[in-house]
Amino acid sequence: MIALLAEVPYWGQSLLRVLGGLVAVLLPAGTIVYVFLFKMMSFMQSRLGPMEAGPYGSMQLFAEVGKWLQKEDIVPDRADARIFKMAPIIVLVSTFLLVVVVPFGPEAWFTDFETGVFYALAVSSVSVLGILIAGWSSANKYSLLGGLRAAGQLIAYELPMVLAVMGVVIQAGTMNLQKIVVAQNTGSMFGIDAIGHPYVISQFFGFIIFMIAIQAELTQAPFDMPIAESELVSGYMTEYSGFRFLIFFIGEFATAGVFAMIASVLFLGGWGVPFTWFGWTSIDDVANWMNFVGPLIMFTKMMLLVFIIMWIRFSYPRLREDQLQRFAWKGLIPVALINIMVTAILKVVF
Amino acid sequence: MAKVPGLVKGLGVTLGTLFKTTVNGSNTVQYPHEKETPPIRSRGVIALHQDNCTSCMLCSRSCPDWCIYIEAHKELAPPRREGGKPRQVNLLDRFDIDYALCMYCGICVEVCPFDALFWSPEYEYSEPNISDLLHDKTKLSEWMETVPEAPELEAGADKKKK
Repeated sequence: MIALLAEVPYWGQSLLRVLGGLVAVLLPAGTIVYVFLFKMMSFMQSRLGPMEAGPYGSMQLFAEVGKWLQKEDIVPDRADARIFKMAPIIVLVSTFLLVVVVPFGPEAWFTDFETGVFYALAVSSVSVLGILIAGWSSANKYSLLGGLRAAGQLIAYELPMVLAVMGVVIQAGTMNLQKIVVAQNTGSMFGIDAIGHPYVISQFFGFIIFMIAIQAELTQAPFDMPIAESELVSGYMTEYSGFRFLIFFIGEFATAGVFAMIASVLFLGGWGVPFTWFGWTSIDDVANWMNFVGPLIMFTKMMLLVFIIMWIRFSYPRLREDQLQRFAWKGLIPVALINIMVTAILKVVF
Repeated sequence: MAKVPGLVKGLGVTLGTLFKTTVNGSNTVQYPHEKETPPIRSRGVIALHQDNCTSCMLCSRSCPDWCIYIEAHKELAPPRREGGKPRQVNLLDRFDIDYALCMYCGICVEVCPFDALFWSPEYEYSEPNISDLLHDKTKLSEWMETVPEAPELEAGADKKKK
């Protein structure tokens, strides 16, 4: 892929990267909304979901987007209009920035950051700013409460997420996401090479903590207090309508997809299959076709993780605000710290 | 057997329903394409048997929503027996029910002493305009066709005297 790109001029490469980024964010988001939000949730409630638009309602998403685009773009009278209009875009842009570091194949990446994990965790917290200013600039008490709740929740759950990732970083010995993928697929467990060494096994507690934390970061139920519709109307999204609401909506599910991608890179071996299957020993041996198969493998793993996220979302009722905070500070963070300690000790011993 | 934690059990319920819906189909019906048959004595709409109505106004007066409008005039009918006096009968000019007001309590059906009002299971009579929900006696009589037969009397019950 690099060989192909080398002949393309710089502006062409940039254009391809932007297009690739759009595909990598919007395609999973659309798939997630249709497969999980429209269909899986309906089936779990013993109904069929949308059936009219296209075969089995597959065009429903386009109908919804069309509906939102034609609605009036309302800004409340006393709202801080410029900031108010900016907020959803900040949320969505942070998602696009996040996908930049995710590797999709041996040479199919947007950027190959040496400190990719650090960058991903830093950028993922930008969306908090978008949500907070959305809540503040709406000039609405429900929005403000929702925004404050979101800020408190996202900060509380960012910490266990970072700490859970630290275990992986210690074990892989690198912060480069590409190298973490390679480390998992070249490693072996108990002398058996067949499945490589996906960190979901050795970092099982880290994986659980990470999944709970991203559930909260995505404000999916049971952690959806910021948009708790029975208490706060719709939280920080209350005053938004039309395409700005649409951007929030896309952002929610696009971020779910991207976080699931990062989780699959960190814990499930990302785009790779165990290299011993094809007799590869390092990333230089990996066949060129992995650049095309890799994204598909990645997509499969992402869908698996999003399935778990959505399954939990559709099954559990919402926690109370204080339970949420207690769970993060008194439950997840101590466990994550112990996990880091044990990982570090074992890393030194073996 | 050890007690299954509620969190796990809840996940099991949703996953079980997911598979059940995939295999057996959903509990819901794709309405305009396929229709559920309503239970035989369901309260869909009130039908009028015009010949039985004596315009006694009991239904209209007992209606909590005042949604029944009746107008009638008196006429002379031939006597029942030879040489008798001509009978006086009430003929309906208007019998309207406003289904925008009706709350389907069924008091009018209960209160009618001459078996002129019945429940029909018909339910597809929604209108785009609210004023079109005022139905007149012709429409109400059409619904008589879908009224089910009265259930059999219980054993030992008094037969209606003719």
